[in-house]
Amino acid sequence: MSLLDALARMEAVACGRARPVATVRHRHLAERPMVLVPLTTAGENGAPLGAMLGTDPHDPLVLTVPQPRDRDLRFAFLARLAEAMLPHLESCQDEVEPVERKETDPETGKRITVEAELCTDAPQVLVPTAPGVDFVRLLGRSMRFRRTAEEDPDAEHPAPPRVPLLGRWLTHYGERARVPGSSLLLSMTDLLTRHWATGQSRLEDQHLAALLAWIAPPDGHSGAEAALRAELARDADGRLLVPPAGPATDPAFDNKLLAPAMTRYDRGVPGAEQEVHELVASQLRPTWEAMWEGVELLRGLPEAAHVPDRWRRDRQSYTHHRDRLRAAEPPQPRRDDAVTAARKLAMREQRQAELDAQEALDDPLVMAVRRLAGEAFSAEVLEVEMAYSEGKRPSPRPLVTVHTHDAPLLADGDKVHRLLPTGGQQRAELVEMAGPGEFVLRLVNGMGRGKEPAPGTVPEKGDLLCWTLFEHAPRGGPGLPEPEDTPWTHGGPPGEPAAESPDPVTAEDVL
Amino acid sequence: MTAAETMTAATAAPVRPLAGGVSPAAAAAAATEAILADALEGTHRGVVVDSPPGAGKSTLVVRAARELAAAGHPLMVIAQTNAQVDDLVDRLARADPELPVGRLHSNEPKPYDPVLDGHPSVRTSAKPADLAGLDIVVSTAAKWAWVTPEEPWRHAIVDEAYQMRSDALLAVAGLFERALFVGDPGQLDPFSQVGVDQWAGQAFDPSTSAVSTLLAHNPGLPQHRLPVSWRLPHSAAELVSDAFYPYTPFRSGTGPGERRLSFTAAADGSPVDAVLDEAADTGWGLLELPAARTPRTDPEAVRAVAVLVHRMLEREGVTRGERDVDGSAGAALGADRIAVGTAHRDQAAAVRAALATVRDPAGAERAARVTVDTANRLQGREFDVTVVLHPLSGRPDATAFHLETGRLCVLASRHRHACVVVCRAGAAELLDEHPATEPVRLGAASPGPDGWEAHQAVLSHLAGHRVPLV
Repeated sequence: MSLLDALARMEAVACGRARPVATVRHRHLAERPMVLVPLTTAGENGAPLGAMLGTDPHDPLVLTVPQPRDRDLRFAFLARLAEAMLPHLESCQDEVEPVERKETDPETGKRITVEAELCTDAPQVLVPTAPGVDFVRLLGRSMRFRRTAEEDPDAEHPAPPRVPLLGRWLTHYGERARVPGSSLLLSMTDLLTRHWATGQSRLEDQHLAALLAWIAPPDGHSGAEAALRAELARDADGRLLVPPAGPATDPAFDNKLLAPAMTRYDRGVPGAEQEVHELVASQLRPTWEAMWEGVELLRGLPEAAHVPDRWRRDRQSYTHHRDRLRAAEPPQPRRDDAVTAARKLAMREQRQAELDAQEALDDPLVMAVRRLAGEAFSAEVLEVEMAYSEGKRPSPRPLVTVHTHDAPLLADGDKVHRLLPTGGQQRAELVEMAGPGEFVLRLVNGMGRGKEPAPGTVPEKGDLLCWTLFEHAPRGGPGLPEPEDTPWTHGGPPGEPAAESPDPVTAEDVL
Repeated sequence: MTAAETMTAATAAPVRPLAGGVSPAAAAAAATEAILADALEGTHRGVVVDSPPGAGKSTLVVRAARELAAAGHPLMVIAQTNAQVDDLVDRLARADPELPVGRLHSNEPKPYDPVLDGHPSVRTSAKPADLAGLDIVVSTAAKWAWVTPEEPWRHAIVDEAYQMRSDALLAVAGLFERALFVGDPGQLDPFSQVGVDQWAGQAFDPSTSAVSTLLAHNPGLPQHRLPVSWRLPHSAAELVSDAFYPYTPFRSGTGPGERRLSFTAAADGSPVDAVLDEAADTGWGLLELPAARTPRTDPEAVRAVAVLVHRMLEREGVTRGERDVDGSAGAALGADRIAVGTAHRDQAAAVRAALATVRDPAGAERAARVTVDTANRLQGREFDVTVVLHPLSGRPDATAFHLETGRLCVLASRHRHACVVVCRAGAAELLDEHPATEPVRLGAASPGPDGWEAHQAVLSHLAGHRVPLV
């Protein structure tokens, strides 16, 4: 936890309200996001109990399963879920803009420019909590390998049409959610805790209603009181007034209300199915409303400057998945091979570094965190002395003396970076530590190609500038071999996927 | 320590029969012969060598590289940092001034240590083509990953292989046909800033160490270990071996009393001098501050570290060891032979600032030559005396970062003579309140000793050398 985050939490405790830890919204928020609130059955992870979903806060669709352990009913639910979600997930497929992309020509091995399509928007899905994201991933995993009757006429238990397709979409969204800064699939608790600090622990912040209670406590109550009520208050039946945001349910609700209703359904009591439906809906509705409350709170923050850049990558990711589906490629494999895993990790590390830099550049409050950590400093220009590099064509290498009250962790030869007024990035090297808080920096780029620096690229005496020790646009690493060239140290090429050997004890389980 | 010194330490150590009947020098020599036989004549594509701290790993790498080159096998050497590469090239050139060695470097300014320019047989370049045909070419894994060879090298040596991440090996493994992997399994594991849970326990986990992946896919590879630490004194080897290398024990190359540290100036009766004397006598000292919860850069603990270093320099320490001939006066404990180790970068910065703010300018200048750094950056380095700011000092909790076995192991195994730990009271209770809660991953190889247990072992040993600072 950063120093400022700790301070914000203490202030939140003192004043009874969450404190902002960001001045702008650092994630993309779609105009019409799809909110999905799933619930799962206690003790049976892959058995959905129900879901509330939709893009209109006043018109949610409620889907429930009267007996989640009945697999026919489960697939009927998944079929309805596919009918409800796929129109949203497929809604941005056809509106595209042409873009140019660099590709390696497979025949010549040269880098060539190719025309490609990029979807102009991508559908966003919001779930309440981080376990909700995991549940989306699990649903995707449970559906994407199913075969429909059309795909495999001999299948013993064919899946309803479109269910495997939804599985592939949810898998893609679940995997994309692991990329730092991505916004295709987000959890509301992560979104809110990115922008506000409460007076409770991070673990407690995972309770959506308690988190909202701190951010927007009801009149006359402190955040702490409202959060406690959200966590603990129960009605006469012993039911939590504010049910958990899922996918897990409240055990008291399960035991006292849900289990008897399901028993009645199993016995064929008329009206029991409707009873289960209403019970599950009663658990979903408060979370549904909390989700839209969170959306409204986030809409109150202006979007950060770099969010469209990152959203463009989400759109690329969406477009790539669309292309893979259209090319009839097989579903995403169960496990990554060595090269794919390494590529994903390298990409995510680059995105993480980029996200950290962009958030700081977009938001003075985030930059303050970095300044306190000695990773950036704000400094006044004391003196600028023109100097040139040696060589045939001398280039400008001005020496800039700056003074700061911050305490950057700098050593001789370290590189620092700043944003140019034109939006570009400029690098400088630390030449000398002239005194306490006084540094001599040599500007090394960003001044144009001429002998004299381009106007506005060299700071002037008295300018107040923010320098960072981190790069603003971190470069990617070297390439990795193609999967078919996997070296012997990593098991050699993966080859054709072999049939999985089933569990030795229960042969019907191919895990 | 230079290569020449290491060689002397390894070869000139007195042959002293120990309990097992085999002298440390003989045990180390036998292990080295077996490793070289596998590397030069073995049939396996890979050979793995585990080396405890200061066991002559670099000496082994230099020797293996020279023998491979002498046998007519040009080879590539992969290290992890530029400092490691420069050090290795320097050692190779010192060991054999005629040997053609290439140092492949980056395009950054000051890409390598200028010391290398003093070796006529060393060629430096940022282009692999310039170094073609040399017997040995050394570079970092990051630089090698950009190289596309005409045809793969027959042989390679991967140094500090336990610090190397699996994905870094994946990027370079296509460059060689067979390799010798050398490293210290007790040092800090590689890590990633982003979540890697989805691959935990899989052989393909790109965030694990290169050796874990290599062995997961090639379980039959021969594994060796170097059995003797030449760096650690007798007082430290047993503790470090038990706490951090429980499954691969080692011993010290020197016996009890063979390394001596003494101070010319007498103690002034302060706790700081008392703990220095305790460390000089026994090899360990614990300066314990009153219990408190503090910020990371605990001003009192930082000041205590600075005062310790200043007093050590003022009292003019003298070290004597197995390298000194009988009757010699020993060597002065200079500032360059002292290091301060911390867990975090801001702590190191605070200690450096505290060392500079002493009234006496000569003292400040002297203290400026003391190495102050984090465990990550002290890896692979060696000093006579170390002062360690304990990772758990003043903390309200014990996180996985602070409990990491490798971090404490690095801090507790950099010294040839003595190690003084500065810590707030209550670290043991803190450990008791924070048992390790890291999830056990199905299929994941055992990550070596448990950090929590290793911390307990070190703390309970230090308790016997405690001096309270009141």
